[in-house]
Amino acid sequence: MKKPIAGGSATRVEVAVARPQASSRPQRPGLLENERVLAGVLLTPTVVLLGMFIAYPFVMGVWLALSSTSVGNPGQFVGLKNFVKAWNDSIFRTAFWNTCWYTGWATIFKLSLGMWLAILLNRNFRGKRLVRASMLLPFIIPTVLSTFAWRWMFDPTFSVLNWLLYRGGFIVNKLPFLSDGTYGLWCAIAVNTWRGMPFFAISLLAGLQTINPDLHEAASLDGANAWHRFWHVTWPLLKPVTLVVVVFSIIQTFSDFQLIYVLTGGGPANSTHLIATYAYQIGVATGLLGEGAAISLFMLPVLFVVVWLQLRYLRRLEGA
Amino acid sequence: MAQVMLKDLNKKYDEVHAVKDVNLHIRDKEFVVLVGPSGCGKSTTLRMVAGLEEITGGEIHIGDRMVNDLPPKDRDIAMVFQNYALYPHMTVYDNMAFGLKMRKFPKNEIEQRVRDAAQLLGIQELLKRKPRQLSGGQRQRVAVGRAIVRHPQVFLFDEPLSNLDAKLRVQMRVELKRLHDRLETTAIYVTHDQVEAMTLGDRVVVMKDGWIQQVGEPMELYSRPANKFVAGFIGSPAMNFVDVTINDAGGSITAETQGLRLTVPPAKAATLRAYKGQGVTLGVRPEDVHVATAADPAPYSFDTTVDVVEPLGSEILLDVRAGSATLVARVEPTVRVKVHESVRLAVNADRLHFFDVKNEHAI
Repeated sequence: MKKPIAGGSATRVEVAVARPQASSRPQRPGLLENERVLAGVLLTPTVVLLGMFIAYPFVMGVWLALSSTSVGNPGQFVGLKNFVKAWNDSIFRTAFWNTCWYTGWATIFKLSLGMWLAILLNRNFRGKRLVRASMLLPFIIPTVLSTFAWRWMFDPTFSVLNWLLYRGGFIVNKLPFLSDGTYGLWCAIAVNTWRGMPFFAISLLAGLQTINPDLHEAASLDGANAWHRFWHVTWPLLKPVTLVVVVFSIIQTFSDFQLIYVLTGGGPANSTHLIATYAYQIGVATGLLGEGAAISLFMLPVLFVVVWLQLRYLRRLEGA
Repeated sequence: MAQVMLKDLNKKYDEVHAVKDVNLHIRDKEFVVLVGPSGCGKSTTLRMVAGLEEITGGEIHIGDRMVNDLPPKDRDIAMVFQNYALYPHMTVYDNMAFGLKMRKFPKNEIEQRVRDAAQLLGIQELLKRKPRQLSGGQRQRVAVGRAIVRHPQVFLFDEPLSNLDAKLRVQMRVELKRLHDRLETTAIYVTHDQVEAMTLGDRVVVMKDGWIQQVGEPMELYSRPANKFVAGFIGSPAMNFVDVTINDAGGSITAETQGLRLTVPPAKAATLRAYKGQGVTLGVRPEDVHVATAADPAPYSFDTTVDVVEPLGSEILLDVRAGSATLVARVEPTVRVKVHESVRLAVNADRLHFFDVKNEHAI
């Protein structure tokens, strides 16, 4: 039987009694009770791992870039000589602009197509889950394998794309997909977009799902059409997620290696090199470790500025 | 300002028939409250009026237009949502101005309307803030402000007070009522809280399982419920129901169960005679049960044992047992009784309700 008013306070008293019992248990003084020691112990594994796999290679890279080290030759400090040499190297300049071009377009395509896909997938339809899951396929296939498949599709002789276009009556002569530098770079952008779009779509979809559907209903009652609803409600609320995804993507695309390495190998005639593949060619394939390190270090200031700008913008968005 | 007509309105989802043959005429400037337990179809009905749900069958008229196929933006209505649905990235001013901007109002008129609404609601000093910098009550006001700047034909409220704490809810309830008196706009208000429904509505529509149970003015629902559901839903604490058998005791009709025997008041005797020998449900509100005095006639008094005493300050609720029946009585705070004591109670004979056991309609 329920009890009036008094019953409530009786329960509260019981709870209050339970606490002193718990704290009256004898305490075990130990080294780990000291917060400083405990913090140190907990941090050590992370610090060791980060030091071994991030800090040491980075410092080593900087040192190599400032030295004349090559395979079999410890080398010596040469100052900024490697950087100057790289900047005066026409192939490096091509690689540098290729990297900017490749990153810029691939990011634009991934963002716009990913957004479109996310908005489509955010609707309710039959088989929604299956489509969402299968969309991730390009993302989970190892890049090297999928790029090999693409290389076959772009193959100068056996290209299935050329065959389709030719059979479809769209072209008369075969397109030089990978045998022309400009075509090659666009092919790489296409493959990168194909591979990276799911990540954008899934991240943006997650962002879309945090937006309260009532806001769209309120906006439609307020007289907003579909475009207005996207522009005035969805996009502003999705901006923080979008920025994070874009920063991630720029970092990954700017330092991309495997896709170009497998698809074109930097060719034809070094016309499709990115900074990473050119650094590999000079540093590892040619054995000029110092020069290779200098080339790869050119990525640092660019990425630093991009990340700094976007993080600053993100912070302003959050603070506003 | 407009009337709203719902004709044979139906809504079916894949497996659920959420709204069934709803017919309702909401008069111009009227404040109508749809009330019922969750899942009764009240919100769905409102959302169909707003154009946020497609109509499976029937017609909706706002003013003299049929709006079945009009998108929400063309229905000239404004809605206040349960969670306010304020645009989090816009200031209060922009939230209120958004609907006017979308409709391409001139800038100075937008400004004028927003300032007027802000003044009416006492939120002038909040215009530059973002929604997350506001308290629940302030957000509620902004949501209302966003609706009134548009000067719509109809206001729709979807449980707008249910996210507020009890005290604020009472305060906002009064403000909404005052606001409606002032703006004189037709309003449809959805709530599951019967107190809100009773206090706000010019008329109240009680719904259950997609059906309208009864439409009427608040006091009409309270004093003449159409069926057992409405009787139990309206009023707090809820009406007591006791299963009784109707007997003919030499001229007077009685309602009996083990340990309780009441004479059916003459006004109802004629109709209840038809139920002789059968069971019916007797309904009596807690406020119509009182401690018996010498003045109370014996046919309407009975002995009970007190199970629980709930002193609320202004009144005392007694959970009592009369034979196999249990009842709640709302008695004067001066009454002194203890648990397990016996007490003689009496009912107000003219306020007894009887319901058919099968179809639960009032007899």
